[in-house]
Amino acid sequence: MKTYLRQPLGWALAHGVLFLLALYSLVPLYVMVVASFKSLDEILHSSIIAWPMLWTTAGWEKAWSSACTGLVCTGIQPYFLETMLILFPAMVAAIVIGALNGYLMSFWRSRGADILLGALIIGSFIPLQLFLIPLAITMQKLGIFGSTFGLILIHTVYGVPLTTMLYRNFYVTLPPELVKAAIVDGAGVFKIFRSVIVPMSAPITIVAVILVFGGIYNDYLFALTFGEPGNKPIMAAVLNIIATQYGVAEHNVNMAAVMISALPTLLIFLIAGRFFVMGLAHGSVKG
Amino acid sequence: MKGYLQQRFVIAAALAPTVLIAVYFIWGFGAATAYLSFTDSGFLPSTKLIGLLHYQKLFSSARWWNTYGNMFIFGGIYLFGCLGIGITVAAMLDQRSHSAIVYRTIYLYPIAMSLIITGLAWQWVLSPTTGLQHFVRSFGFENFGLNILGSSEFAIYAVAGAAVWHSTGLVIVLFLAGMKGIDTDLWRAARIDRIPIWRTYTSIVLPQLRSVLMTAIVLLSFNVVRSFDIVVALTKGGPGRASELPALYAYDFYFVRGNIGRGSAAAVIMVVSIMVIVLPYLLYELRSRKQ
Repeated sequence: MKTYLRQPLGWALAHGVLFLLALYSLVPLYVMVVASFKSLDEILHSSIIAWPMLWTTAGWEKAWSSACTGLVCTGIQPYFLETMLILFPAMVAAIVIGALNGYLMSFWRSRGADILLGALIIGSFIPLQLFLIPLAITMQKLGIFGSTFGLILIHTVYGVPLTTMLYRNFYVTLPPELVKAAIVDGAGVFKIFRSVIVPMSAPITIVAVILVFGGIYNDYLFALTFGEPGNKPIMAAVLNIIATQYGVAEHNVNMAAVMISALPTLLIFLIAGRFFVMGLAHGSVKG
Repeated sequence: MKGYLQQRFVIAAALAPTVLIAVYFIWGFGAATAYLSFTDSGFLPSTKLIGLLHYQKLFSSARWWNTYGNMFIFGGIYLFGCLGIGITVAAMLDQRSHSAIVYRTIYLYPIAMSLIITGLAWQWVLSPTTGLQHFVRSFGFENFGLNILGSSEFAIYAVAGAAVWHSTGLVIVLFLAGMKGIDTDLWRAARIDRIPIWRTYTSIVLPQLRSVLMTAIVLLSFNVVRSFDIVVALTKGGPGRASELPALYAYDFYFVRGNIGRGSAAAVIMVVSIMVIVLPYLLYELRSRKQ
């Protein structure tokens, strides 16, 4: 009798808690989606939270192609493009270097390589604010301050510790006999990497792509500090769009701009959720 | 022998770019900023040493202590919120696997969003003129008040609440993975002994997940110390400087007030604050791995 009473109560309590937390989780997304599809008129006369009476994509169109940052009214489109121009080269470079590092640090270990790994692991816990001024000086000296190439370099440099740890943690779980057998066959260091290790690296590479994409795409600090004035990457640009107001705040356009900015990483999460979760578990357990 | 040396040389050459990153861009830059914190650097860096002056000024500044104290309020709510909600939810999801996928998606998607997006979204929800206050009042509850963003005392709590919204999923993921690794015999034994489910978690499962808990605490603490984006997007550190965090302070002194020396001192204190937690953790991990 006692357990009979206790079970349904526990069940209701658990589901009540899960449901309330789901609301907490969904409210901000709900507000942005709903408000971005309303007309400005409707927002001004009701609220941003109410269900739309009339759905319109006007906000999305303006946010993409004609919303203003300062005096420039090009929408979020060029900043999105700029972000991709920075993101893809930096992502490829960080992943290639990280995979090679991970391979050398797990199959060709040496005292030096171990120290290097330790230096990267501790370094990855240093807040980036510590690097800003020397980085600014270096960028200035190289003549690439505020350029696309400068940001590619910065994101590559500070992406390598993460990719190195991801690949290293993955490779140490592979059997060392794989490499030993190839050495007996007379293959060299890079030959083994290319023909034995790389073909086995697909799962961890998906994880690395997801994490590095998210990391660079969602970056604000470097975008703000080292982005080209007037052509900053998306997270800095979207703040500027929202800060630029002439007269009445166009909440529908602003929220559409934020939704567009959130969409790439959100889509990756929805499509590749399994790898996303794997990446968080992998990337988090450092060392 | 010649082959061995050649091989070592090839490996060293392949690691050279990473050595440059570690020695120059991470540790060299860190040392340079530490050095700058002892100099009279203003808008431009200078090499003239002035001793501990910037640290003295930092520690006698009311603005700094407010900012540094905010970090602990923010960090306390953030850690307790993420861990409390995250561990509870992970245990609940661990129990029912069929509805878990939908719930998991709902709880986890915020981690995919940037902290800028997080801050902006919550700014709209909490804004008195557009968000919840306006909405509730439109039903006739004219006295309903929720102006947490305009309150000097509570704005930092709003920042913490939004940050908990963003990062709880990380704790859920870590603990779900840990719970999957628990021996199923343990569960069978607990069931035979008629131990209630919640009791099994608090006394048997969670104590086994100590290392997961430590990892979560370290990661969340790191997020606390470096927090920048979410404050900029949600409150800009305001009203006034009421919800400012150390990273904003450092940025302000670097690039707005033209006092690189003081900004560097603030950044050094940030790093020291997180290393107090990270270094013992890494040492512990290293030792337990060797055993």
